[in-house]
Amino acid sequence: MDGWRSWFCGKLSSWGPPLTPDQLIALSILSPAVGALAIALIGRNNDAGYNPRDIVTVIATLITFGFVVKLAGPVVAGDRPELSLFEVLPGLAIAFKIEPLGMLFALVASGLWIPTSIYSFGYMRGHHERHQTRFFVCFAIAISAALGIAFARNLLTLFLFYELLTFSTYPLVTHAGSGKAVKAGRSYLGILIFTSVSFLLLAIVWTWQTTGTLEFRPGGIVSGHFESSRAILLLALFVFGTGKAALMPFHRWLPAAMVAPTPVSALLHAVAVVKAGVFTVLKIIVYVFGIEFLTDGNYALWLCYVAGFTLIAASLVALTKDNLKARLAYSTISQLSYIVLGAALATKTSIVGGGMHIVMHAAGKITLFFCAGAIMVASHKTEISDMKGIGRQMPFTMFAFFIASLSIIGLPPLGGAWSKWYLILGALDAQQFLMVGVLIVSSLLNIAYLLPIVVNAFFFPTTEVEIGGGIKEAPIACVASLLVTAFSCLILFLYPDFFLNLAQMIGEF
Amino acid sequence: MMEQLPALQVVLPLFSALLCLLIRNKTASRLFSVAVSWGCLAIALILLRTVQETGIISYHFGGWFPPLGIEYRIDLLNAYVLIIVAMISAVVLPFGVGHWGLSIPEGREYLFFCAFLLCISGLLGITITGDAFNVFVFLEITSLSSYALIAMGRNRRALRAAFTYLVMGTVGGTFILIGIGMMYLETGTLNMVDIANRLPLAYGSRTVLVAFAFLTVGVGIKLAVFPLHHWLPNAYSYAPATVSAFLAATATKVSYYVLVRVIFTLFGAAYIFETLRFHVLLIPLSLLAMFIGSTVAIYQTNIKRLLAYSSISQIGYMTLGLSFASINGLTGGLVHLFNHALMKGGLFLVLASVMHSIASNEIDDMRGLGRKMPFTMAAFVLGGLSLIGVPGTVGFISKWYLVVAALEKGWYPIAVLILLSSFLAVIYIWRVVEIFFFREPAAEKSIKEAPLSMLIPTWILIGGTLFFGLQTEWTAGVAGSVANFLLGGLP
Repeated sequence: MDGWRSWFCGKLSSWGPPLTPDQLIALSILSPAVGALAIALIGRNNDAGYNPRDIVTVIATLITFGFVVKLAGPVVAGDRPELSLFEVLPGLAIAFKIEPLGMLFALVASGLWIPTSIYSFGYMRGHHERHQTRFFVCFAIAISAALGIAFARNLLTLFLFYELLTFSTYPLVTHAGSGKAVKAGRSYLGILIFTSVSFLLLAIVWTWQTTGTLEFRPGGIVSGHFESSRAILLLALFVFGTGKAALMPFHRWLPAAMVAPTPVSALLHAVAVVKAGVFTVLKIIVYVFGIEFLTDGNYALWLCYVAGFTLIAASLVALTKDNLKARLAYSTISQLSYIVLGAALATKTSIVGGGMHIVMHAAGKITLFFCAGAIMVASHKTEISDMKGIGRQMPFTMFAFFIASLSIIGLPPLGGAWSKWYLILGALDAQQFLMVGVLIVSSLLNIAYLLPIVVNAFFFPTTEVEIGGGIKEAPIACVASLLVTAFSCLILFLYPDFFLNLAQMIGEF
Repeated sequence: MMEQLPALQVVLPLFSALLCLLIRNKTASRLFSVAVSWGCLAIALILLRTVQETGIISYHFGGWFPPLGIEYRIDLLNAYVLIIVAMISAVVLPFGVGHWGLSIPEGREYLFFCAFLLCISGLLGITITGDAFNVFVFLEITSLSSYALIAMGRNRRALRAAFTYLVMGTVGGTFILIGIGMMYLETGTLNMVDIANRLPLAYGSRTVLVAFAFLTVGVGIKLAVFPLHHWLPNAYSYAPATVSAFLAATATKVSYYVLVRVIFTLFGAAYIFETLRFHVLLIPLSLLAMFIGSTVAIYQTNIKRLLAYSSISQIGYMTLGLSFASINGLTGGLVHLFNHALMKGGLFLVLASVMHSIASNEIDDMRGLGRKMPFTMAAFVLGGLSLIGVPGTVGFISKWYLVVAALEKGWYPIAVLILLSSFLAVIYIWRVVEIFFFREPAAEKSIKEAPLSMLIPTWILIGGTLFFGLQTEWTAGVAGSVANFLLGGLP
């Protein structure tokens, strides 16, 4: 195993041009930003036919992913590449340092950016969206921000990119420019800014003022400075301040954000933005509080219950939603709480489960959103009750939907099984048997809100008369991308070692 | 030459103002005043450098030694404020070179620049002088010239606004004069250093107490401290566009400087905050300013008025920082002086460009302007983000210091209130951003992007809000050493 690992790591880091790790960090964060600039300069107003910005977009995605992958080698091998830029305030630098959790998130965000871009070409044209250049520019900036969050070495850097991510995704949420979109944008920005400025920033300043540092450190920085109720308050400020984790009651922005074009919902509101939220929670629990500090004082117990509640409640709400994207949004809220729960349980295994779930849920949920978008493009349907018999019309899409559903539910042979496995093990480790129950009940609820869609699609006769049979799929760019991501769910079950390795190293800074 | 710089800092714009009257040609007088403002900036920069290297500069006007003669005394604090005033005037004066529609009354352009230069010299004079009575003299020069400037606004209501400002300003000026008179009564000197040395002997006296009261209320009116802010919204709204930018960015800043000078140099922080417990009054007023100013801003229909009310709330941040009487608090207040000058100056310049293009500053008339004037309105969004205090902008830096200061005092509710008030800024900024970018334009008029001569000054200030949001050595660094210097006596 070790021989294989070092060979693989060597391969990962040795391909491509020789660059030092700190250059790679800068390049991986900069290349989406440079890509955004290039797209803005090259993009033409032509939103229907060939547009050179598409090629630039693909090149930017590939280059970015290449840099991140090249960094993955040293990280798996145990290195922790660093890059310190400059000090904003005395003792507070904009600085990056890559640890396993950040690497995991960066790989997911930059990796899934590639299929999402390709999917977008098909979707945005098929859906006759306007202002596509702006769309791709903001998208690229958002990825840059997500990588900044992933690589941040201290809370200040993380916060800077966290807010950049909020503002860069705002034009994507309001893309349609309609009254509804603007209103949704208002609750998007309102909730995310309110929580981050009122709670997260307060928690950060409080930490700084009390401990004199904002660096992420193994074992945390707050132990010895905060005790009992103050520690709980600080944790609450941090967790609720991270509105992007969509913990109830600060979850409403996520369903609101569904007015955005589907690729945005797919990558940003199922992967990059929300994962930035739960990533922040995980990172804060592991590197600011430290697992031992939390378990010793039992400070995170309340968070288990909040996460458990969100998990069940969001699933129940999902059951009532007939709009497919809305149902997926509530499903996302519920799945994010799995990760928060993993963090809150604060055992080694539950953290592994949380980290793994970032990857597994990303692959599954992005596929589901891709499918929802493909259905919208091909048949202009958004409500689940209208989708009876759609499996005959769109067999590939609905098959991918089926695969991804199984992965979200957590059934083998799909990736989601691994993360649920570790989460339940973690709950057992922590002796939180109630939480084991919650996880199992939630899996049943997942079945209840996801599988009927598939059953409807394949086993019910279509309600429409005009369809004379025959396949009518979305553009090839869409279908190809969603098949790739669905396939990746399978691959992740068969070869989870790489991500599992990373997840097991979380905490080693 | 070099040792005469303190005098030149004030005398240069003062005499240039008179020269403007002789020039009379509008283009020549504009170019001349631009050159003068750049000269002032250069002098201010050299003075700051000198102070940083060699310490306090004491300049005796006309060779008369204090306390008989007037002393110009430049320490870090006023060198820093000189930079703010000189920098803003150096950016605002060239704004829109080559375009005359800027609501400057036709045929009276040279008078406009004359008043502008007088105002600059007055503000620089207040800041640089070490003589209490001299402060009053320059205060009057500033006030009179700014009445003239505001009254030049195109709207007839500008006259009324100028009149209100005149009345309030005169009351303020008189209060300050009475305060200075009482201090003279008690100490027998007008030189600030001497006053500061002799006041401790008279701390028990009621005259000193009353002098302080008159001074604070007088300065409070000039600074538009809540609830003495009544004149400000009208004055900012109806003044010519560039004048609003200039006054919003400098006039209140200099008043804040006077307040800091009075509290920390003349009376001493220990007396004000430990004996008089001035913060018990100032903190609630600052918080009220922050919340009421922002809340009222949300309901404005005129964008300049909106920014004016936002200024009132931002002044609340500054006075709040001062009333912490700690290094971090005072640093926050002082750095916000610079930061707020950058962002409000930039934002008002955006509105000046808008005025130039659509001849209106009503929010409703600016519907969909983001598409017609993307570069101008993008500057507005960035300036707005800075008002909110988004990380990466200067607003964040100020807020950071203030929250740290509140937490280190253990005043947790105040820390929470500071952050909550920035959420109000989100509301008033985003309400108009939505209108600028998502509403359909009123009519298909041919509105063009602002010319480069307007975009460049705007973007210098707005770019500054981003640059100094990450590079804080020149702003927070200097403000920090000023705070250290002022609080030297206090633990």
